[in-house]
Amino acid sequence: MKLFISLILVLILIGIPLIGSNVSGLVYLFGVIIPYIAILTFVIGMSVRVLKWAKIPVPFKITTTCGQQKSLPWINNNNLESPHNTAGVFWRMALEVLFFRSLFRNTRTGLKEGPKIVYGPDKILWAASLAFHWSFLVIFIRHFKIFLQEVPQFIPLLESLDGFMQIGLPILFMTDAALLLGLTVLFLRRIVDPKLRYISLVADYFPLLLIIGIALTGVWMRYFGKVDIISVKQFTLGLFSFQPIIPDGISAIFFAHLFLVSALLIYFPLSKLVHFGGIFLSPTRNMSNNNREVRHINPWNPKVKLHTYEEWEDEFRDVMKAADMPLEKE
Amino acid sequence: MSDKRNIIIGVIIFILLMTIPIWLNLATGTSTERPELEKPKGDACVMDKEYMTSYHMDLLNEWREEVVRNGEREHIAPDGKKYDRSLTNTCLDCHPSKEKFCDQCHNYLGVKPYCWSCHIVPEEFK
Repeated sequence: MKLFISLILVLILIGIPLIGSNVSGLVYLFGVIIPYIAILTFVIGMSVRVLKWAKIPVPFKITTTCGQQKSLPWINNNNLESPHNTAGVFWRMALEVLFFRSLFRNTRTGLKEGPKIVYGPDKILWAASLAFHWSFLVIFIRHFKIFLQEVPQFIPLLESLDGFMQIGLPILFMTDAALLLGLTVLFLRRIVDPKLRYISLVADYFPLLLIIGIALTGVWMRYFGKVDIISVKQFTLGLFSFQPIIPDGISAIFFAHLFLVSALLIYFPLSKLVHFGGIFLSPTRNMSNNNREVRHINPWNPKVKLHTYEEWEDEFRDVMKAADMPLEKE
Repeated sequence: MSDKRNIIIGVIIFILLMTIPIWLNLATGTSTERPELEKPKGDACVMDKEYMTSYHMDLLNEWREEVVRNGEREHIAPDGKKYDRSLTNTCLDCHPSKEKFCDQCHNYLGVKPYCWSCHIVPEEFK
């Protein structure tokens, strides 16, 4: 049911621009107004979400560790698994952000005869996520050939690596295939496993299907129903230099692609996709485990009025002296 | 707190990265002009103009496979006219300059076709 709601939502999102962009006058809405709104929503929305998190104080050091903490000099510590300084945290975060290290440790729970619970490795989720995220990044970077007037030198290089196999013409980009493969695995995973199907929500299916929609419209335009790419570049250059123009001869499928991307950008800061920014702010990953070296003070602790022994002694020195009591300071 | 400072720096980097097409285009300047192509010499192409603009690579790929693998050298245009399936003899007859024709759009989009790793660039040949 939740799957069908998401599917219908995405189909509606594809249908609106396919029909709407043919109506004269509405092209400006789909080509200019909605993309601008989407980019603004994405950039401002993501910043607001992250800055909101930044305001929340951290009461404890809650690093998760799975290695020896830094303590006595003759005990070897594991600075990657239990970082005690910024360098350790940096490498740990880098591996997390770039290679999804904690997802690599993902395990699967199964029930064997007995009944007995068994745990086993589950690398499929990690592999599919890695394929999907990296491909998405490469595809995004590749799009800069349409975003920029002067195509940077590294983009043809990136494309030649991406199309290294020289399959077909236009050459098949491996990231296009990897993106769709990764998305398909991530999607099937939610359908095939009953436990996962039970906990999957519209918010899980919808972004997957939305990105599949973006990928399929993109793949369609590159390999099958080709658009007039020169007009498309004229259009995007106009968009990014605030002189929007809509040249003739851009087919509706391009506006479908653009509309889906706009929908994704708007959906981004409102949904679980904020993990894009959130991963950098995971307290269990980005804090150093140095509780024994540095005292972590809870920022919302009330200011305690202290009256130290020295101050107390100063107050009662004369009386104490008269009673022959031992004093720290004469 | 130092964390807050780092987060704000991160957010600024994020905003700059996400709007980088705007800044780079501001730096280089943009034009919404279409690339100018040299007028072809002949009066008809092997396919119509709209098809050639978007699908010429499909046609060239088909030609290559037919010629190299099957030895089929004959292309029949929609109007029934027969052409030799050849980049150097047919295409370059009407579009003799790579620089003034092919490269105009390919450079505009950063496309590097590998035609010329086997074929001779006509200007260099002269």
